[in-house]
Amino acid sequence: MFAYPQISKTFLSRTEQLEDVRTFVAEAARQFGFADEGISNIILAVDEACTNIIKHAYQNAPDKEIEIRIVREKKTFEVRIFDQGKSFDPALLRNPDLKEFLAHHRRGGLGVYLMKKLVDDVEYHFVPGHTNEVRLKKYLPGL
Amino acid sequence: MSEFKIHHRDADNISIIDLKGYLDAHTAPDLEGAFQKLLDEKKYNIIVNCRELSYISSAGLGVFMAYVEDIRKNSGDIKLTNMPPKIFNVFDLLGFPFLYEIYKEEGEALSKFKETKNKIKD
Repeated sequence: MFAYPQISKTFLSRTEQLEDVRTFVAEAARQFGFADEGISNIILAVDEACTNIIKHAYQNAPDKEIEIRIVREKKTFEVRIFDQGKSFDPALLRNPDLKEFLAHHRRGGLGVYLMKKLVDDVEYHFVPGHTNEVRLKKYLPGL
Repeated sequence: MSEFKIHHRDADNISIIDLKGYLDAHTAPDLEGAFQKLLDEKKYNIIVNCRELSYISSAGLGVFMAYVEDIRKNSGDIKLTNMPPKIFNVFDLLGFPFLYEIYKEEGEALSKFKETKNKIKD
């Protein structure tokens, strides 16, 4: 059976790297068969995850590493994002009440909400004090 | 490097900001600077024209959230116009159409501001 090779690339924890991150993921998603809308959703979700890592896990320290691994299987495109920063607060995993959220004009947490809307599955894995991992899964349409 | 440009123009005491390119966590501070400058100059009637905006992430959306309250407290508003469908989708996912006036064309937002101004005069 044909197996896709795993693709991986490491980026520095700076916002100026976000464009390269998006380009890297967009190319892989296009090759996998996603059309423009699917690609847009995937790269925005990845951008949000990386922005959270830069701002919250690494607290804007510019020389830390973010590894992006792309795992492709049949109709599933999965982006795994690794960092060694401060662990993500699982309380944010709760679905926020959007109305309440907007009423209070909260800025933080919008990214987490968007990620859940943009891809089919969001998973967090933590090895305390070592590695944080976010997995963003998107299925090719027409399954 | 993500390219992001802000162009500022005035029409009948209304400030129009044209956004071009990629608005993400890297470029959002530029937009913050533009809003801050308008607040400092006490310009509270603002139209943001998104015709040439190619990309927006929550960092960019957060800038609107950060400034709209102060602007409305001063009887002003941020009205958004000319959004490409891709950009509107992101605003829509976060329920922003409930919070902001979004118009297809800049002219509609201009008329709306003028109507409000006339009502105040009356």
